[in-house]
This record gives sequence, C-alpha cells and structure tokens, in this order.
Amino acid sequence: MVTIMKHEESAATKVRVPLDEEESQAVETLAAPSAEAPAQSDETVGDPFVERAKMSARHVDVFYGEKQAIFDVSLDLGEHEVLALIGPSGCGKSTFLRCLNRMNDIIPECRVEGDLRLDGEDIRTRGMDPVLLRARVGMVFQKPNPFPKSIYDNVAYGPRLHGLAANRSELDEIVATSLKRAGLWGEVKDRLHEAGTGLSGGQQQRLCIARTIAVSPEVILMDEPASALDPIATAVIEELIEELRQNYTIAIVTHSMQQAARVSQRTAYFHLGKLIEVGETDRVFTNPRHPLTENYITGRIG
Amino acid sequence: MVSNMTPTESVKKGLARRYRKERRFRALGLLAVWLGFTFLVILLADITIKALPAFHQTWIKLDVYFDPEVLGFEPGRPIREEALLHADFRGVVRRSLYAMFPQVRKHRDKRKLGALVSSAAQYQVRDLLRAHPDWLGKTVPVWVRADDDVDTYLQSASLQGVAQDHRRLRDNQVAWLRELEKQGRIERRFNWLFFRSADSREPEQAGILGAVVGSFYTLLVTIALAFPLGLAGAVYLEEYAPRSRWVDLIEININNLAAVPSIVFGLLGLAVFINFFGASRSSPLVGGMVLALMTLPTIVIAARAAMKAVPPSIREAALGLGASHTQMVFQHVVPLAMPGILTGTIIGMAQALGETAPLLMVGMVAFIVDIPHSFTDSATVLPVQIYLWADSPERAFVARTSAAILVLLGFLVLMNGAAILLRKRFERKW
Repeated sequence: MVTIMKHEESAATKVRVPLDEEESQAVETLAAPSAEAPAQSDETVGDPFVERAKMSARHVDVFYGEKQAIFDVSLDLGEHEVLALIGPSGCGKSTFLRCLNRMNDIIPECRVEGDLRLDGEDIRTRGMDPVLLRARVGMVFQKPNPFPKSIYDNVAYGPRLHGLAANRSELDEIVATSLKRAGLWGEVKDRLHEAGTGLSGGQQQRLCIARTIAVSPEVILMDEPASALDPIATAVIEELIEELRQNYTIAIVTHSMQQAARVSQRTAYFHLGKLIEVGETDRVFTNPRHPLTENYITGRIG
Repeated sequence: MVSNMTPTESVKKGLARRYRKERRFRALGLLAVWLGFTFLVILLADITIKALPAFHQTWIKLDVYFDPEVLGFEPGRPIREEALLHADFRGVVRRSLYAMFPQVRKHRDKRKLGALVSSAAQYQVRDLLRAHPDWLGKTVPVWVRADDDVDTYLQSASLQGVAQDHRRLRDNQVAWLRELEKQGRIERRFNWLFFRSADSREPEQAGILGAVVGSFYTLLVTIALAFPLGLAGAVYLEEYAPRSRWVDLIEININNLAAVPSIVFGLLGLAVFINFFGASRSSPLVGGMVLALMTLPTIVIAARAAMKAVPPSIREAALGLGASHTQMVFQHVVPLAMPGILTGTIIGMAQALGETAPLLMVGMVAFIVDIPHSFTDSATVLPVQIYLWADSPERAFVARTSAAILVLLGFLVLMNGAAILLRKRFERKW
C-alpha cells in the first residue's frame, strides 16, 4: 500500500486535472480502503505515438448503450511491430482492438467516437467499406472458430470471397503458403479435405491464423489467441507471431504478461477503459512509470 | 442448527429419503412411457385388424356367355364403340349367374342372386369384349369382383353366426355362395384396386389412390409456397430487420398465428382465394395455399430458432475475413441452420398432411371418383377421404377407413424418416 501511495502522489503532482465522478470511483475501487487516495492524471504515460504509424487512434471513446467502455484513447500501431495490449479483465483492450476493424459495428448498442486511421485514411467514414477494411485488417479470435468445413475450404474461404486466386492452382498455392506460414502445413498436408473442426485446439487456432493471412491483410488483430491453448501450443503460436511480424503489423490482446514480454515490441496497459501507459515493452516491464502499471505487472492487481 | 448431529450423519439421514424420491420419480416416468406405448400398440393393433379385410377382395368365377341377342350385336360385324357403351352387359352377367342356378325362378330371388357380384362386373365384362371381339357368341370363364356384402360376410366370422335379420346377406344368398365355393368358383385375392383407384360409392371399387395423389399435389403446393416464404421471412426477421415496434408486432403475430385453429385458415382461404380471387373450388391449388398459410408460422419459428442457435463465433469469423453481412448469412448462418430449418419444415408438412378442417372449408370434401391430374382438378386428400369413409353406412367402408388411416400413418412415418435423414445429412459439428 505504501508504494502505491508514493507513486500515485508522484503521478498526481505531474499534472493535476479535475476528475469526473466516474473516474474518481474507478480510482477508489483500486485504492480503497485508503480514503485519501490522491487523484491521478488523465494523460497516458509514455509515448503512444510512433513515427511510422500503420494505424492510429485519436481520442477514441466507445459506449455500450449508456455505459462508456473506453475513454479518450490515443494510440499508434507502428509498421511491422507487435503491439501488446494488456490489462485486467473488462479494461477495454478487446473493445479497442475491435474498433480497429470495425467489428464493433455488429453490436447494435455499441457506439464508437473519435478518429481511427489506417495508413492515414479515416476508417470510420462512409467511404470506407467495412468489408474492405476487414480484408485489410484481419482478426484472430480468442476461441478458435474454424468453419465446419474442410481445412482447405477454411483457408480458401477468404481468397474465394475476395477473388484473390484466378484459378484452382493459384488457390492451392495460397492455401499451401498460408498453412506453411501458420506452421500447420506439415501436420495437415495429407488431410486437407478433412474437417477443420477435427483438429486439436492449438491446430485449430493456427488454422484460423492461416485463414486470416490467406487474405493477405496488412494488419492482424489477435484477441487473446492463446488463452485456450496449452503451453506447447502457445509457444508455437508465439513463434508464429514473431515470424509474421516481418510482413504484418500485429496488435495482440493478452492476459499473460510473459507472453506480452516475449512477443511484443511495444506494450500498452489499459485500466478501466483508459490507456494508462504505453512504451517499449522492455521499458514498460522493467521500469513502469505509472503506479497502476507497476501494480499490474508485479502481480498486485489484475 | 438445533440437532447435534454431525454433517455426515444428517447427510446420511437425508440420503435415503433423497434416493426414495428419485426412485419414485423414475418409476413414474417409466410408467408414463409404458402407458403411452401400450396405448399406441393398442391403437395400431386395432386399426390394423380393422383394416385387414380391405386388403383382400373376394372374386367369383362366372361362365359368361357373350350373347349376341342380349347385347344386340350381329356376329361377324365390327362392334361400334357407342353400341358397346349402351349394350346390356348387366344382363349378360346376370344371365351367367342364373345359368348356374337354374332352380332360382322367382323374380325376387333372381335379384338377390344378381346382387352377389359387384355392380362393376358389367364394365369388366364390357372391357373384355372390347379387347376380344371374337368372344361374341362364346362362353368364357371370367373372374369378377364379389359385392361388398359378400366380401364382408365371408371375411367376418362373427357375421356368419347371426340370424339373417341382423345381416345384409339373406340365407338363400349364403347357400348359393356355399355352392359356388364347393365348385371352386370363389377366391380371395389381394385387393390391388384399393391402391389403384379413387373413391367410389361401392366399397369394393373404392380406392385410396385419388386421395394420395390429391394429398401429393396439395403438399407440393404447400411446400413450394411455405418453404421459400417461411425461410425468407425468417432470414429477414432474424438477420436484417431493424429493432422496431413494427417488427415486434409482426413477431408477436407470427407466434400467435401458430396457435390459430386451422379451420380459421380454411375460412380465410374460402373468402380470399375462392370468393375474392375466384380460384377453383376443391382444387389442390387452393388447398395447398390454405395449408401453406397454416404451415408458415411453424417454419418461420423453427427457422429463426435454428438461426439463433448458430454460434456467434462463426459469424465473427466470417465477418472478420471480410464477408459482407449477406454473405455471412447465406454462406454460414443458413447452411448451419439448415438441419433445424428442415426439421421444422417437415414437422409443418406432416401437420399439413394430417389436416382436415381447413380443407373442408375450401370444398376438398367433395365426392370425387377421378384421380386428379393437375393442380386445378377437383381432388380430395387422405384425411378428408378418411373422414368421408368413416361417415359411410356400408360396413365394408369401416375396413377401408382403417386401411386409409394406415396409409396416412405410413406417409407420416416416411416423412419423419426423411426429416431424420435430412437432419443427419446436413448436420455439422463445430
């Protein structure tokens, strides 16, 4: 408790801004039972911006009906980097991720405000087709969700949808390349026409990754891709992410701090819908500047 | 805690009571299942036993003399079709009977003797002469159908014991029959005609085919209308409709329509299709449309439930790869929901197959002796045929009613079998 107080004081002395009610409540849940919990700044600690941004978010607010889930988040995704989004459950990191390819559009009561750009292009205007956006910004979900089709058809679905292959042999080529990249080719090359749902959990998740990269997206969003997998399958996925970084920009939500430390170059820490701290992963994990970040990564909360 | 028992002791004490309760519940469940099963067996056995006589027909062998005088044909000259239609073949059939029993003299007895064979025998004999014109002036042995009273008497042991005042056949008729039996002129054969003909006033000529074909056409119209409309409605309501008061109202109405008594749909069909649009009465087209209205809510509700059950992860996967909403719906949601949709559809169709009341209102209850050949021919359907026969006074129609019920049940079993097969075929795991 003492360390928390100390850090919070230092954070509070840096910038002092008036707090709204909700915010002070949020702090209370954290710092209770300490009654004299000092206020903290609204500003993100560290540097959320990079020079070569593939995607950028500015002042993003997300509401589910009346409830606000994300408060004024500004963050860049640098080209060919892996950005890890960490934070306790319900802190809005998945919600933020889903803003990046407008998956929140399909939730009727969800409302997104702010400025979101891909290569400097506003993705929230009418001119940006969500279908095209999702072809450029692919997504891998928490639970492996292969279609109840064959392995081949799973991977070929996206290319067929977007007409990426002119003929059958090109399609075969895309399927093989994607499966190879996802590190699944060796295991499934002899049974491409068996059901994708018959694979093990780890294989299914790699199949989903292969399916995503078959569309050749520019950005891949991963929402806790390893949360349902055992350590061995997780290690395979993590190696895969490292390899994929050469060609893609990746944002990954994870609950595992070790995973974030292993796979990412930059880390963003979310807390109760706010972006608390962003920085080089090494720096954030060795020298967190915000007390909330420190508490989280040292295991005191979360 | 009032008692000073340890937790283990109190659990043990309660355990015996809990197990007794479970055993009682299981015994009750088993009793219910067996009760239901017993009633089913009794019902089926009763129907089958009652239906058996309808599957057999008594035939009588006559030595028919194609008498040129009675028929009014001149031997050696070609017979004109028109003359054939007006010739007295009834007389020919009667005379061949009288010839076998020369002792029968009185007019009244002769009539009784003639009543032993079916009134359709004369047409059978006529068709024979048309096929074999050279038989004119010759005597040929011909098997003809016995009258339904003969059939009923010979097939029912209980009738043979009662006095003649309580049965249709007179004692002298029974004696003639016994004589014919002695001469080997009576035979029981499988009643193919039952499966090959339409309704008739004479039970020995009545068949189920007309009603089966009528049901087929009617259900074809029903499924052709109800399946696409129901599917389209369900897809729209489930996947596209904006949340609004109007959509809520439509949903409530669809759910309520499923519970509307079916005769109301019949009244609606009568008022709208026949009286307003002037569609032909008694036709499978109108009957099918009425049944489609009745089946629609069932299909919509089943299809929506099936689509709701498609996991959201599959929807997200498709959208995440850049499928449009419509592509997601038609490439993933509808195919995955198909087993449920088909099950709902076939349940709806089975319901439509067994429906009588709404069809009475659109005139499908008429007495129709022709097998329908199109959607606008007058027709009747299986359940209505059962209703008509059940209403007929002739004893032989009792058997035919039960036989028709068996046929209807057979079709229902077939449809349910098809539902199971389709469900298995389309079922996918995820």
